[in-house]
Amino acid sequence: MLLKTLKHAALGVGLAVAMSGAAQAEKVLRIGNDGEPQSMDPHYISTVQTSRLSDDMIMGLLTYGQNGEPIAGAAESWTISDDGKTYTFKIRDHLWSDGTPVTAEDFVYAWRRILAPETGAEYASLLYIIKGAEEFNTGKADPDALAAEAIDDKTLRVELTAPAPYFLAQLTHQTAFPLPRHVVEKFDRDWTKPENIVVNGPYKLVSWTPKVEATLVKNDKFYDADNVAIDKVIYYSMEDRTAIQKRFRAGEIDVGRDIASEQIDWLRANMADSLRIVPYAGIYYYVFRSDKEPFTDARVRKALSMAINREVIADKVLRTGELPAYSFVPPGTGNYGEPAYADWKGAPYDQVVEEAKALLAEAGYGPDKPLSITLRYNDSENHKRIAVAVQSMWKQLGVNTELFNTDGKIHYADLKQGNFEVARAGWIADYNDAQNYLFLMESKSGPINYSKFNNEKFDGLMAEAEAVADLGQRAKILAEAEEVAMDGQPVAPIYYYVSKQLISPQVVGWVDNAPDRHPTRFLDLKQ
Amino acid sequence: MLSYALRRVVTAIPTLFVIITIAFFMMRLAPGGPFDSDRALPPEIERNIQAAYDLDKPLVEQYLIYLGRILKGDFGPSLKIRDFSVGELIASGAPASMELGFSAIVLALIIGVSFGTLAALRQNSATDFSVMSVSMIGIAVPNFVMAPLLSLVIGVYLDLLPTSGWGSGELRYKILPVIALALPQIAYVARLTRGSMVEVLHSNFVRTARAKGLRERLVVVRHALKGAIMPVVSYLGPATAAVMTGSVVIETIFGVPGIGTYFVNAALNRDYPLVMGVIIIYAVLIMLLNLLVDLLYAVLDPKVRYS
Repeated sequence: MLLKTLKHAALGVGLAVAMSGAAQAEKVLRIGNDGEPQSMDPHYISTVQTSRLSDDMIMGLLTYGQNGEPIAGAAESWTISDDGKTYTFKIRDHLWSDGTPVTAEDFVYAWRRILAPETGAEYASLLYIIKGAEEFNTGKADPDALAAEAIDDKTLRVELTAPAPYFLAQLTHQTAFPLPRHVVEKFDRDWTKPENIVVNGPYKLVSWTPKVEATLVKNDKFYDADNVAIDKVIYYSMEDRTAIQKRFRAGEIDVGRDIASEQIDWLRANMADSLRIVPYAGIYYYVFRSDKEPFTDARVRKALSMAINREVIADKVLRTGELPAYSFVPPGTGNYGEPAYADWKGAPYDQVVEEAKALLAEAGYGPDKPLSITLRYNDSENHKRIAVAVQSMWKQLGVNTELFNTDGKIHYADLKQGNFEVARAGWIADYNDAQNYLFLMESKSGPINYSKFNNEKFDGLMAEAEAVADLGQRAKILAEAEEVAMDGQPVAPIYYYVSKQLISPQVVGWVDNAPDRHPTRFLDLKQ
Repeated sequence: MLSYALRRVVTAIPTLFVIITIAFFMMRLAPGGPFDSDRALPPEIERNIQAAYDLDKPLVEQYLIYLGRILKGDFGPSLKIRDFSVGELIASGAPASMELGFSAIVLALIIGVSFGTLAALRQNSATDFSVMSVSMIGIAVPNFVMAPLLSLVIGVYLDLLPTSGWGSGELRYKILPVIALALPQIAYVARLTRGSMVEVLHSNFVRTARAKGLRERLVVVRHALKGAIMPVVSYLGPATAAVMTGSVVIETIFGVPGIGTYFVNAALNRDYPLVMGVIIIYAVLIMLLNLLVDLLYAVLDPKVRYS
């Protein structure tokens, strides 16, 4: 016992000495990132876990502020033409980390690279709002068709296909980042290796061990380096949520980017000061294959959607703060007012179920002709629990539901090919705008319109909204479109996502926000 | 012996070729592709990506391209961790996997041989029965049950060691995965050692050694064990194979950043080049280690001669 106490004391003293030394030397932020980064090259990034690192390293024309809002980044200022289609950016006087100035040409180069068909970039379509981008990316035009032009070193002019109020917000996304042409051309695909990489953002990659960690250190050439407090940030790759929680409790990480949801009660009771559950810009939904019998009938879709008791799913099944969803666009989404909610929102559940039964009977289904459907979901404990709950909710309507689960790759391949009747899906917004949700039901959206929803009125309203420059007018039209969608229910929204994380009380400057963006440059650690 | 070794290496080539061929085509039978995700890509973009990785070509042509690359020693790029080539990823995972596998084999030999010998010396005693029953459990309980159990009991309930992860390679992270990986092998080695030890202890040369009045410890260690160890040595081949394949499960459960973890993730992600790379490395290693064990056998047992 005495020995043990002595040991602990010695360890404590040792730790204290080590920590005080470290605190004087440098401030290190340790983040338990819930996934392995894919690449440090912004053109090959498609997960948020990866964009957290690239956002710390490269700064777009606009960049994320402390609240996750777009703020001026590589562009110091900009002007927008009266028709809302031409943007002229003045590039800030700042340097790449090797001392080369960042120029307007670096943006043109980067955008031509991500859009070049041979680059094979997954996210290239996010830039389609720029005139000529889609034509170039699909091989129908040459790079000169892209309406992004460096007027001089510090002036960039961009023409859009339509007045898109979300364009500025979109410029914070990694698809719109500049690239150091001189470095990319010299090292080709090795340009992101720690020894070669050059950045214009607050941090720079110094090491990356796959499956273990990636370490970034402060870039002294960053234009606002004086206001960056953290010297080093380590992103640990941790797919296992339980491990994130354990390491957080052990004080080995300061930020845990996800929690083990099954331990929510324990966390609420014991780590309330670290637990952050915040609305997140995303929607969890079920999609009906609307061009396939019996889902061609909007009454069938609506009846099934009505019978889903969203409150039970949020409060009893998930229990981690998710909000029941009656609209496809989450409340609080940018350039939008109050979402258009489904018309049964707020009605007592029993009454809604009766109405749903009546709708289904109207569509010709009842005890004599029961509806039998297959509900598909991808492997996950929560998807399964929700599916089981929905199965029993639909049972009340006399619907027989068969559950079918597969791994994610198979699930999404089948969703894309339309091999399903009803399936689980989810969407996290790329930029904070209602259009970024609603386009999922537009017939021109192709495979990502899983439902194959093809509604002239909806498509017409979406096209109309695209052409309108006035924000209020546009929001109104988009809401009308959402109303059409909520009436037709090609998708049944179930809950609005929340982000769930563990933030040590030592971390200063972490502001909860719906886009869930927390640039390290605005954070600090208490001494 | 050199010509024997060379002959073995040469005959391994067609085997490897068959493994590569079967693996290549079987992997492509799995539905879903590397770029299917919760965000369905516009068809034009998907075409661009497929073309960028030669995935748009007929399967047979892709196969031939792949074989051509392999001959040049190029395993291609990973489709999921794009900044690394498959070669680099395997190189980065190899140290952890090798350390894990090597420690497990060494542990299995030390503990297995000691317990086996002990059981044989106290044949039909309580010690013997308990060693043998415990080892039977070790063999019977699969590692995907044993590993989470160890993690739960020692990592969570008793909170003695980390449940998973590799830290920066500290010892405390390695103990559980090594034990979990070694357990079935400890059990096998103990049973093998006991069996052959019992036999050897009854043989004439041991009786002679005892008759000469040698101390029991010398009889056992210098004379009996030398003969009794042969079946264990020949088991080393299958044991390394079992440790390597077992390592895939153990690494995944304990989150060890080794080749096994890559293999599982790559298969789930349909990261074709990485899956192929790991399969080839495993196949080559298993064949090489088997050869090594056979050669070691000849060195230890004068009765075995290869020509």
